[in-house]
Amino acid sequence: MPDLEERIKPTEKELKARRSRNIALALALAAFVIVVYLGSIMKLGPALFDRPM
Amino acid sequence: MTLVERRHMDGTAGRLSEATAADYVALLKPRVMSLVVFTAFVGMVLAPAQPNPFLAFIAILAIAVGAGASGALNMWYDADIDAKMARTAGRPVPTGRVTPGEALAFGLVLAGFSVAILGLMANWVAASLLAFTIFFYAVIYTMWLKRTTPQNIVIGGAAGALPPVIGWAAVTGTVTLESLVLFLIIFLWTPPHFWALALFKTGDYERAGIPMMPNVRGEAHTKRQMLAYSVLVAVSGVLPAIIGFASLAYGAAAAALGAGMIWHSWRVLWMDEADRSKRPAKALFAYSVIYLFAIFAALLVDGVVARFGA
Repeated sequence: MPDLEERIKPTEKELKARRSRNIALALALAAFVIVVYLGSIMKLGPALFDRPM
Repeated sequence: MTLVERRHMDGTAGRLSEATAADYVALLKPRVMSLVVFTAFVGMVLAPAQPNPFLAFIAILAIAVGAGASGALNMWYDADIDAKMARTAGRPVPTGRVTPGEALAFGLVLAGFSVAILGLMANWVAASLLAFTIFFYAVIYTMWLKRTTPQNIVIGGAAGALPPVIGWAAVTGTVTLESLVLFLIIFLWTPPHFWALALFKTGDYERAGIPMMPNVRGEAHTKRQMLAYSVLVAVSGVLPAIIGFASLAYGAAAAALGAGMIWHSWRVLWMDEADRSKRPAKALFAYSVIYLFAIFAALLVDGVVARFGA
């Protein structure tokens, strides 16, 4: 089987683009988590933590 | 070497994508999104309710992302015609930086998340309206009307007119006459705005085979329709003051702005068809953008003064 790593070598432009996409995805995911977490607290208030164990 | 391996090794299929984050932002049509955010925000401020500011912010964010999802789905489906028009040939899909499949997946994921978040954080009336808007723009307008009828942007304009209704519904949970008036203003504004663009980009639309009003019914017919819609939008702009959810000062400002719309459309009506510069059409297009922004800015100021003023 041919060595794919050798046959397909990412160019500088491709690596830069991938890095840009990765950073944007990380920021979007972090923002999503913050939005859902804070939104849940605002929406439900103290009731969020008020549940029988 | 297996067929699968060969397919992945040939040409560019196995290469990493060269799409940057900016290309994905471009798929969201940020300029359209800014208008959506602004009109939805005005709808929210005018609504008779006091939402939690953070939840209101999330609702605006969800509406913006939903609008962006519509843009991505539109660019996925329209890549073939976008490639033929100078105005759109540089978009990420026709240039090959983003594959159609990536644009489709991006649009669908954002559409699902935006509707779910709006439903969970605001209410399901607003979420249903957002889902309908995305469906209407992506399926009814993009896949059906755009390529089949010169009334494409008239009917399709409903999608662009819904954001203030969604904003209003996000804080009240209802659709009322007032929010429908905001819808009407944008709905009636859409034809003169897009036909002005079509008048000076008519070659572009013809090349792409899109049946816009000027290349189907002719310039003279389009210009008459534009004037009629401009009169209607000028009247609808004053309706908030007549109905009573905006002040008389707003009514006066809206009347003056509406008169500008009619005047520019009148100049377009008398524009010489041989005039290649199409200056009156370009002036109407520019003015129509200012008009919509100014009307909603005036409503915003009026609403804030009514709520927090003396």
